[in-house]
Amino acid sequence: MHSFGYRANALLTFAVTILALMCAMASLSDNLNSPSPTSQVQVLNINWFQKKLDGDDEVSMTLNVSANLESLFTWNTKQVFVFLAAEYETPKNSLNQVSLWDGIIPAKEHAKFWIHTTNKYRFIDQGSNLRGREFNLTLHWHIMPKTGKMFADKIVMSGYRLPDAYR
Amino acid sequence: MGWIGEQVDSLKSMQIRQVLTQAVSLGMIVTSALIIWKGLMCLTGSESPVVVVLSGSMEPGFKRGDILFLHMSKDPIRAGEIVVFNVDGREIPIVHRVIKVHERKDTGEVDVLTKGDNNFGDDRLLYAHGQLWLHRHHIMGRAVGFLPYVGWVTIIMTEKPIIKVCFI
Repeated sequence: MHSFGYRANALLTFAVTILALMCAMASLSDNLNSPSPTSQVQVLNINWFQKKLDGDDEVSMTLNVSANLESLFTWNTKQVFVFLAAEYETPKNSLNQVSLWDGIIPAKEHAKFWIHTTNKYRFIDQGSNLRGREFNLTLHWHIMPKTGKMFADKIVMSGYRLPDAYR
Repeated sequence: MGWIGEQVDSLKSMQIRQVLTQAVSLGMIVTSALIIWKGLMCLTGSESPVVVVLSGSMEPGFKRGDILFLHMSKDPIRAGEIVVFNVDGREIPIVHRVIKVHERKDTGEVDVLTKGDNNFGDDRLLYAHGQLWLHRHHIMGRAVGFLPYVGWVTIIMTEKPIIKVCFI
């Protein structure tokens, strides 16, 4: 009854239970954080805008992204994945989301950033619908925890418009 | 003579009782694991509610040996979500992030493009030959929860079968 194996088993079970409980509590504590991030994006320049050989429109643009995501970080945050997506509607598609830029923020010290960049991923439409198209730029973030539930949210910035002619 | 026979009988019955107890407790472990697994399947609506990360393509977010909890709901798929998908002709499901979504107005069908956070380019090279987009039926679920390191148990079990034998 009180052999070594029996006691080792009881100790292991107890340790694992406590660990699971602490993980659950750490994850639940994330709900107490109510973040208030801010962001601003400017389209500085349309570098080029053309119809590809297969008929799809493609744009290259220079962006200025500034954001303060410090309030997203808690003690259970491993990293924050942040990306900027262009979102628009076309006659055929009710929603198009095209990721233009993304980045990984490893710590709170880097969560207040300012970046000047061209689009990292190609901005290609399904078809030729981009001329004069109004679009939103949305800053999404995905909080990856050390353990537990993942959170995601976004800031929508509207009122951007592509030029009426290819260039 | 009778006294010895009684002793032997009682010893035999003791052993049978012990063996039976062990068998029952083993059965309890197996069935409770099965109940938890099937229960999770019902709750999450995904055919495999828990997956182990096998590659480093999502580092530093997810490392090899981490566990992801999946959820499969009717909600539409959106950019930024981490989805688990099966590609035709590949046995092992892949866990990557959605970077492009095109949703049809008339049918509601989606065209999805994915990319691993740690990979340089998008996933078109991983898809079946000539496939440009993922569709709804490729996607097994989206990741909602995360638990580090626990998946190493299954990785070690599958890659070094000797250890499994030692445990038993």
